[in-house]
Amino acid sequence: MRYLPHTDEDIRNMFDAIGVKDFEELFMTVPKSCRYDKEMALPEPKTEWDLDRYMAEIQSMMKITPDHTVLIGAGRYQHYIPSSIPSVLGRSEFLTAYTPYQPEMAQGTLQGLFEYQTLTARLLGVDVANASMYDGASALAEALLMGLRVARKKNRVAMSAAIHPHFREVVRTYLRPTEFEIIELPFSEDGRTDFSSLADEEDLAAVAVQSPNFFGVVEDMEAAAEAIHQAGALYVGSFSEPMAFGLLKNPGDAGADIVCGEGQSFGMPSSFGGPGLGMFGCKNKYVRNLPGRLVGETTDLDGNRGYVLTLATREQHIRREKATSNICSNQGICTITAAMYMASLGGTGFRKLARLNYDKSEYLKRGLQDAGGDLCFSSPTYNEFVIEFKDDFGPVQKRLMEQKIVAGLSLAKYYPGFDNRYLFCVTETASKEVLDTVISEVKK
Amino acid sequence: MRNGPGNSGLIMDEPLLWEKGKKGRNGMSISASDVPEAPIADELCGEGPDFPDLSEVEVVRHYTRLSQWNFGVDTGMYPLGSCTMKYNPKINEKHAAAEVFTAAHPMLDDEYCQGTLRIIYELQNYLAEITGLDAVSVQPAAGAHGEMAGMLIFEAYHQSKGGKKRTKILMPDTAHGTNPASAALCGYKPVPIKTGTRGILKVDEIRELMDEETAGIMITNPNTLGLFEENIREIADIVHGKGGLVYGDGANMNAIMGIVDLKRCGVDVLHLNLHKTFSTPHGGGGPGAGPVCVVKELEKFLPTPRVEFDGSVYRTEGDRPDSIGRMHGFHGNYGVLIRAFSYILTMGAEYLKKASQYAVLNASYVKVKLKDYLHLPFDRPCMHEAVFSDKKQQEHKVSTLDMAKRLMDCGYHPPTIYFPLVVSGAIMIEPTETESLEELDVFIDVFRQIAAEAESDPELLHSSPHRFKVKRLDETQAARNPCLRG
Repeated sequence: MRYLPHTDEDIRNMFDAIGVKDFEELFMTVPKSCRYDKEMALPEPKTEWDLDRYMAEIQSMMKITPDHTVLIGAGRYQHYIPSSIPSVLGRSEFLTAYTPYQPEMAQGTLQGLFEYQTLTARLLGVDVANASMYDGASALAEALLMGLRVARKKNRVAMSAAIHPHFREVVRTYLRPTEFEIIELPFSEDGRTDFSSLADEEDLAAVAVQSPNFFGVVEDMEAAAEAIHQAGALYVGSFSEPMAFGLLKNPGDAGADIVCGEGQSFGMPSSFGGPGLGMFGCKNKYVRNLPGRLVGETTDLDGNRGYVLTLATREQHIRREKATSNICSNQGICTITAAMYMASLGGTGFRKLARLNYDKSEYLKRGLQDAGGDLCFSSPTYNEFVIEFKDDFGPVQKRLMEQKIVAGLSLAKYYPGFDNRYLFCVTETASKEVLDTVISEVKK
Repeated sequence: MRNGPGNSGLIMDEPLLWEKGKKGRNGMSISASDVPEAPIADELCGEGPDFPDLSEVEVVRHYTRLSQWNFGVDTGMYPLGSCTMKYNPKINEKHAAAEVFTAAHPMLDDEYCQGTLRIIYELQNYLAEITGLDAVSVQPAAGAHGEMAGMLIFEAYHQSKGGKKRTKILMPDTAHGTNPASAALCGYKPVPIKTGTRGILKVDEIRELMDEETAGIMITNPNTLGLFEENIREIADIVHGKGGLVYGDGANMNAIMGIVDLKRCGVDVLHLNLHKTFSTPHGGGGPGAGPVCVVKELEKFLPTPRVEFDGSVYRTEGDRPDSIGRMHGFHGNYGVLIRAFSYILTMGAEYLKKASQYAVLNASYVKVKLKDYLHLPFDRPCMHEAVFSDKKQQEHKVSTLDMAKRLMDCGYHPPTIYFPLVVSGAIMIEPTETESLEELDVFIDVFRQIAAEAESDPELLHSSPHRFKVKRLDETQAARNPCLRG
């Protein structure tokens, strides 16, 4: 077996050195009653050739192929990934390293993370960003838990019903064994969160609002900040499409105390939902309550600049049960990927690409309305929007699928009364030709 | 003295991203717009991020140079205890990168995703078979995430049984730091259990501490001293007798595949670290994957959604009202799951068992060969890792940290240090099965030489490392005056 270098002779020599006669004796501390008493029932070992064939068979079961244009976002966005990213970040010095516990031999990872923290903090308008959480959904749950830690005595959190339904489910899972109560804020007819009930709420530690929200609607974040702060709570600014902040105001500048969201858009493929990364940051005054790893700058014995993991007293290997979170492994290489993507775009390119996404999605939004679809929410949107069709949209979707276009996500199972409503997403990867095809099929 | 871009030889200096570039450059192609510009209200717009503008070659050189300051398993032996830094096969990368998988969108209906769902389904079954447990969810994104899923299952189970709320959990002092943190997130107060003189748990102590207010116990087996918890079955019986559950931290599964049946040990819930035992690369911190495996009785509590198969169609299951709910936005770190799947299919039952046998063989060999040079606090048969301490070297005022830094100069990633906490100045060596006998022999020689240097030249060790881009870094300063961004 090519991964196992031991020859029979090596094994015999090692047995002799250890002073055992066989593997049975080597494992003498494992009682008989704990032993695996049969062979594991797994397929026979496959050669690379056999495995290639097996995987090819599984691949052939996929009806959606890379040449489809997927006009669905909802937390996973099809953006172009420059070849430089997988090529350079596939380098095994990055890929096959562990967490940088020995900083002198992990400066590549550490400087890469420090740069990610910096670019992320700048993008999101916060003082500090950590070195990632698992994903946007778990980041939101951790943000609300952090809000509860900061507020100490308060017992309730609120989240907008226009946050991604899966994100909200994860929040409920995380808070399930606690005494904390979650309330949901409704959204108005314009698709924005309705904060009018906040004035009557008490005991709120934090309020989470996603912008652009699940419907693609850009929230009035300044108004949100005002209403939330008025209620004495921390504003948690969530997102699933950070590309938006190349064009739109970011949550930090709008007044969010904690920001968190999904960063898959930055150089990572959809990959059936993972890995991506949870981007997470906050104002400086809350940094001691921040979950997750942080990299900081320092100097070496000669006074040269270098980077180390820092403020570890927040973390579980020192604080154990009093840690700010249990997170240990995070999204590592995905974090560096996001940084390399942001660096490749640059400030100028970021704005240009964010604008291109906006223009393309607006083009389809206008086109579908002209074709007879109703725009469900009147507020401005970014990349995604909801259209209601009078007639059954199923046959149109089917025709488009035959032309390798995956058009629109049915919202029926996510919101009651949304039976004929579809969430569309357009990024720079959709050509005008594809968008025109969708529009003309709807018109038919 | 620094000359030009080089620091020493091929180790290049490289500034921070924003210390490079010029406005107007770009490092990736953006197509010209083929649609009209759409109006947007000024009050919505921000200024865009303050990022540097760099060309593609600047970005590529930047990250290439950074990579050269790193050490990975492909660079050399990485005996970081409890982290199972085995070789990460390249074929796994190829399959994970298959475009049809990377393009798969997780919000599409099942009929469009039969291939991706099949991999999840088969992986669930394989992991059940390997652990001996009955049902698996692959959703947790890392080991600690799997632990949390496990603790949520504990909580849901006890709630379903009714009775007085259980508030405590038994926590051996050899537990990974994530264990108490995960338990605390679920409202359990850890009750510490001291390691016995043999380095393993004592049955009597468990009998004394386990009561009907205690949810159960979290056991890492083999434990973080590298020793098999021989009394696990008896301990499990005591815990079960008081209505509690047994959690197994599977971080050390690499010692026992095909050798130990977790169900026969009495374990009810176990998480695996696919980035340890199942060879997926750790990426300098992630992404990992931490599937959670349970006995039949707890299946209904597993995170949702899982994948089921009716003989012809793979489906993400519908509502399971008893489930603890969703742990991740989608299906967890799916790309990591493909790699582990590819590994299991490559290894089969035969070589997975051999991997565990050789992992234990390698650790036992290193233990025997180093125990005259380093203090061995528990001189008993070890499993996949051996834990030493710096007791002998402390006589010369040389610490574990000094030896670790010196090892780096000799071309090795150091072992895990100062963990487990029960051993002062711990040095935890886990060679893994993918190191050859010759490699181990060189490593042993080097460590023996360092032990000699601790006596003859302690200053050399105090000032190590010398051969990297930076010398020893000041971690205290970093924490005292945090500089967390540029």
